[in-house]
Amino acid sequence: MSLHGKIYERRLVWRHRIGLIFEWVCRIATFLSLGILAVLLFSIGRQAFGWLGWGFLTRSNSYEADQAGIMAGLIGSLWLVGLTAIMSVPLGVGAAVYLEEYAKPSRLTKFIQLNISNLAGVPSIVYGILGFTVFVRMFGLRDRPERFTCSLGFAQFSFELPLGRVVLSGACTLTLLSLPVVIIAAQEALRSVPPSLRHASLALGATKWQTVRYQVLPAALPGIMTGVILSLSRAIGETAPLAVLGAAAQLSFAPGRIHSIGDAVQHPSKILQAPFDQFTAIPLQIYGWINEPKAAFEHVAAAGIIVLLIVLLLMNGTAIFIRQRFQKKIRW
Amino acid sequence: MHFDRTIYGFSAVAVASMLGIAAMCGGCIQSDSKVDPTATVNVEGSSTVFLISQAMANEFEKKSPCKVTVGRSGTGGGYKKFVLRQCDLWNASRPIAEKEKTELQAKGIDWLELEVGIDGISIAVHPKNDWCTELTVGQLRKIWEPDSTVNKWSDLDPKWPDQPIELYGADTDSGTFEYFTEVIVGKKNSSRTKYQAANDDNVLIQGVAGSQYALGYIPYGYCVENKDKIKVIKVSPTVDADEAAAPAVEPTVETILSGEYKPLARPLFVYANVETLKRPEIADFLKFTVSEESQPLVAKRGFVRIPDEKRKEMETRLETALKAASK
Repeated sequence: MSLHGKIYERRLVWRHRIGLIFEWVCRIATFLSLGILAVLLFSIGRQAFGWLGWGFLTRSNSYEADQAGIMAGLIGSLWLVGLTAIMSVPLGVGAAVYLEEYAKPSRLTKFIQLNISNLAGVPSIVYGILGFTVFVRMFGLRDRPERFTCSLGFAQFSFELPLGRVVLSGACTLTLLSLPVVIIAAQEALRSVPPSLRHASLALGATKWQTVRYQVLPAALPGIMTGVILSLSRAIGETAPLAVLGAAAQLSFAPGRIHSIGDAVQHPSKILQAPFDQFTAIPLQIYGWINEPKAAFEHVAAAGIIVLLIVLLLMNGTAIFIRQRFQKKIRW
Repeated sequence: MHFDRTIYGFSAVAVASMLGIAAMCGGCIQSDSKVDPTATVNVEGSSTVFLISQAMANEFEKKSPCKVTVGRSGTGGGYKKFVLRQCDLWNASRPIAEKEKTELQAKGIDWLELEVGIDGISIAVHPKNDWCTELTVGQLRKIWEPDSTVNKWSDLDPKWPDQPIELYGADTDSGTFEYFTEVIVGKKNSSRTKYQAANDDNVLIQGVAGSQYALGYIPYGYCVENKDKIKVIKVSPTVDADEAAAPAVEPTVETILSGEYKPLARPLFVYANVETLKRPEIADFLKFTVSEESQPLVAKRGFVRIPDEKRKEMETRLETALKAASK
């Protein structure tokens, strides 16, 4: 064999070795995060074992560890996320459709785009301060809160102005927090719809509205929904903005005092009242339990963390389900 | 052209929905009914007093249909909501300040002060720390004053180890910080900045428990719960190093209550907005808070209950205020 052949042989071995090393580095990187998650789940699961039961889910917070439960926090969080979704989806998707489909490139749209990307990176506590000023205090326009009752015939509810520390204030703040992410995700989804689809639709005589409504939006829906649910999952885990808003740490009722489906069916006005009622949320409760002096509350906190993880898992699962289901229908 | 029409279509929808909202609010009337089926008492403030109020709230709700919400945004944070009338009761781990009094007066808010318990701030060290069993206020001041030169244990006493002293203390938003700096350093909110600050007292416990050369000031209640992890040392009230040190006292229920443990024992307060006393749920909750029946809860949460004469004084104070409010 020639000298060149020998050098080639030796280098080839090394080239293969480098390839193998790279593969292993990547593999370790992947399994490291999985390993950390496993350790986390194991240690929390062990602490929560025996504390997470039906009683924990149905009781509200207490100063005695074995009496503490997460009911108020769980239902509070679901109300928060529900209202946040109702507000952030139309606003976010609307803004994305405008920016992608209607807006002509100009300095203004560039500026808006830059702003949205920046807002997505603003720490959440800043949104908390903003929410406290804008929604809870309403810039201190009134010296004392004033209560109004609103009658709709079949039901009535009452609210205070300024809003105070109610579910709606929290949801509005979380909406501001999740809007940039929703907009960016929806824009990405709209951008991934091939332009030929729009051209074909317009060429067949469809209006811009018909094109967006019947072609572009359905095609982008899986991507939009994934983005929405991921940003809502982030919102449900937020503690700092809610703490700044002054959401209570000890609270023993669900918003609107709806503790069962029967409550909601019999008293529909309670559903309208809920957004204007006080609340607490799962992360706030966990934070409170970690702060407790008694060591037994560590277990309560662990049980709370498991509940939060399950809620997050369900939300992410929904995102995956929606993506799978809608992707099958689309063919172009 | 169809582009324009779309926009008109949208604005028509917008106008219609706005009219809908307007029509909805046409039915709005300012409520004046006194009986609220969803009556709640809103308490905000100190995370130390939170522990008492939470227990009170739990037990009160067992007897009453009314609900109590308790927040823990700190003494200062609670005050900001109290002055905006966004909470009915304000938990404070220090007496109300003069500046706050003037601001409340300017806002037309009259307040009622009730003492609900006593908290001792304990000085804690690591259990393996066998050299330091007591400190004087003078020594503590040397450690915690703004331009402190104490960085090693040997700076306090040459016989002590030549090791860096690790300091743990409350963060600046807490009532504990204000009180500690006032009585130890001699000036409110004036403290050295080189120390580990936390608003979570469990973090302080963990910090002190984690290092043999640590020292921290921690609310008494937390130290009682973590007796096995840390060692609480005695404190002598002597300030001047030249004077013979007065006997050092360990914080216990007895010494805190008798006033022997000084100056690090502080009263805890609940402030009520007098105009809210008209509301029966608030009157009931406050009555419960100062009642004989609820006092064991204070001890259960790691604090020291106020002496009985003092409690009776609070009861009379509340009664008088309630009578005046109902007129």
